Amino acid sequence: MPRKKVAVIGYGIASYGALSPEVSYKEMMYEACSRAYQMAGVNPRKDVDSFVTCSEDYDEGTSIFDEYVPDQMGAMLRPTHTIAGDGLQGVAAGVMQILTKRFDVVVVEAHSKASNVTDHAGLLHFAEDPAFTRPILAHPYFLAGLEMRCFLTLSGNMEIDAAKVVVKNKNNALKNPLGVHSANIALEDVLASEPSFEPLKKLDEARLSDIGLCVVLASEDVANKFVSNPVWITGIGWCSDSFQPERRELCWPAYAKLSADMAYQQAGIKNPARAFQVAEIDDTFSYKELQHIETIGLARVGESGEKLEEGAFGIDGEIAVNASGGSLGCGRMLDATGLFRLIEVVKQLRGEAGAYQVKNARAGVALSWRGIPTATGAVCVLEV
Amino acid sequence: MSLKRVAIVGAGITKFMRRAQETGRELSYYAAKMALKSAGMTLDEIQCVAESTAPDAFDGIHMNGEYLSDGAGGWRKPYIRSYVGGGSGVFVVNHGWYQVASGMFDTCLVVASEKMSSCHPHPQGAFLNIFDNFIERPLGCNLLWIFALEMNRYMTVHKISHEQIALVSVKNKRNALDNPAAQIPEKITVQDVLNSEVLAWPVHRLDISPTSDGAAALVLASEDVAHKYTDKPVWIDGVGWNLDTTYWTNKDLYYPRYVEKAAIMAYKMAGITDPRREIHIAEPYDPFDYKELHHMEGLLLCDKGEAPKITEKGITQRDGAMPTCPSGGLLGVGNPIAASGTMKVAEMFWQLRGEAGARQVTRECKTAVAQAWGDLMQVGTVIVLRK
Repeated sequence: MPRKKVAVIGYGIASYGALSPEVSYKEMMYEACSRAYQMAGVNPRKDVDSFVTCSEDYDEGTSIFDEYVPDQMGAMLRPTHTIAGDGLQGVAAGVMQILTKRFDVVVVEAHSKASNVTDHAGLLHFAEDPAFTRPILAHPYFLAGLEMRCFLTLSGNMEIDAAKVVVKNKNNALKNPLGVHSANIALEDVLASEPSFEPLKKLDEARLSDIGLCVVLASEDVANKFVSNPVWITGIGWCSDSFQPERRELCWPAYAKLSADMAYQQAGIKNPARAFQVAEIDDTFSYKELQHIETIGLARVGESGEKLEEGAFGIDGEIAVNASGGSLGCGRMLDATGLFRLIEVVKQLRGEAGAYQVKNARAGVALSWRGIPTATGAVCVLEV
Repeated sequence: MSLKRVAIVGAGITKFMRRAQETGRELSYYAAKMALKSAGMTLDEIQCVAESTAPDAFDGIHMNGEYLSDGAGGWRKPYIRSYVGGGSGVFVVNHGWYQVASGMFDTCLVVASEKMSSCHPHPQGAFLNIFDNFIERPLGCNLLWIFALEMNRYMTVHKISHEQIALVSVKNKRNALDNPAAQIPEKITVQDVLNSEVLAWPVHRLDISPTSDGAAALVLASEDVAHKYTDKPVWIDGVGWNLDTTYWTNKDLYYPRYVEKAAIMAYKMAGITDPRREIHIAEPYDPFDYKELHHMEGLLLCDKGEAPKITEKGITQRDGAMPTCPSGGLLGVGNPIAASGTMKVAEMFWQLRGEAGARQVTRECKTAVAQAWGDLMQVGTVIVLRK
């Protein structure tokens, strides 16, 4: 993909924390989209050529959920479709539509109404292979326990390194208005928390939150007409490894490696460890942040724990990793999580991150993972 | 025109059936394998995969796209599942189109599959959950009710008789006799349709397509590489999709305006100004017999209310001037939701290449249109193909 062809010209957030009985998903979508349109200066009924929404039926509790998206987005009687995938995959769809030259402005929406799901683990159970994995009848997070053990053993990082990720992210989130699971927490708290699937502990797991998110993408031809500060998407990649847990790469996730290779190649990035000031990467479980850092080349194998200790991934470090607080601090937002990470990078590159602003942020990377039990992820490189 | 012109270079399909022994992954595999073989390709030559399957509730598998990924050839490739309910089967080809037309990929495997039979006692149960939580679900309504409303409205506005509509069912089920993938090909009469059981008046059993398991796949290639794989590429010259309001109760059901908007989007891209002259063959979506007529009007292939008349004149027969659903359509071939739309695109591919065998239409065809429809009488997806 040639550089600087597609830009993010606006984003909108409707944050409702861990519980949102006062608002429906439609109201959250309306609020997020309205804010994004306002920031981008676009009229959805006139300026937007296509709408992409990201959702899964089971998360919504409604079959064929795409029926319920158009009106509150201003997308009625317009080209609108759903990606049953992560928000970054939705962004990829929007980027490709713009690159065809048939679309100039594309809106991508994703939301999480996770608080409506009374039994999240039970839901994930339905995402397991009905013949091979589901009959084990274990809580699906057992897969994370296995993977964490495998990663720590092979990479040489320690359990305490993963705990440090929790401390960093939950503390970072104190500075972020979206940080609903933020906490002034100490290393001992994490290490002393209840084991769930050893070596995984309760505080290693991100909790869920509710949010509505929207971004407006524009082609190079029109981006500067709408805004003076476009953030360019210079690379985007996505990939799925095997759905069967026993047949996938456990320690170094292929979805992250191959997605990053694709995005870096488009963006012309040869040395990722020096290319970014900001990284918002999946931390659904504490060890995942370290695993992803090493897999996509932000640190060498086995070094992420050490660098974390040195403060290299802090807000003032070499690469600020999850300065937003990530999923550990702001919550996992179902398939909106990827869009959340992208928006956090955009905030940094636009200088709008407030108390957790990273200095001189010119380039950033977002990495998403669709979570247990999938092996699907995406990587997006953004620059100003 | 788009950045890159995109061609279909191969197609594959499984037999559509009531209850397949195979899983959705296996069905996807068979269709994908056949499509690759017909293009003379191996999976290594595929750079990305676009997949679609309709509601997860059929199989009871959350994130069903993930489950189907390796069966559809998506292992360690850029793989995305797109989704617009019943319109998915044609949309997923549009989705594959933008992946290639963007210049990001040279080749794309498009796979659509559906396994409805896992849903017990009947897949219709899964549709109970498509309705609005507050206003509609408490009524316990199902799809037949709302389509009965739509059919009735269409018949009332244009003064159409059930006999006229039944001709579509007769035509399509007979066309399907020549389709080796067909689930319920049959030689029936208009009287058979009228005598069949009333399910939700005016919808009779023989007005409706069956529930099915099956898969279909296509291989797409950019203009830069298409000629490497075939001498007879079929070009995707127009794509369109459009989603109408959720509140179906607030609109007049006699005409699918969202199909019209999707068609105009596709025709504009293909440079078609007079669809009735410039389009030679069509696969409008026909889950119910009246829907074929409804969609012909939405596709601007005839005036509003005229579709039953041109059907009566035999214009839409295989030897007519505007053959519709030469495959046998959903009424004859079957309706594994997402796969059925892709089947329609595959049929147009075979017809344009002159490879449809006993189903080959009489007239010379250069431009074809295929269309699907879905959600709460809400989404239209359209594709224009040229040889």
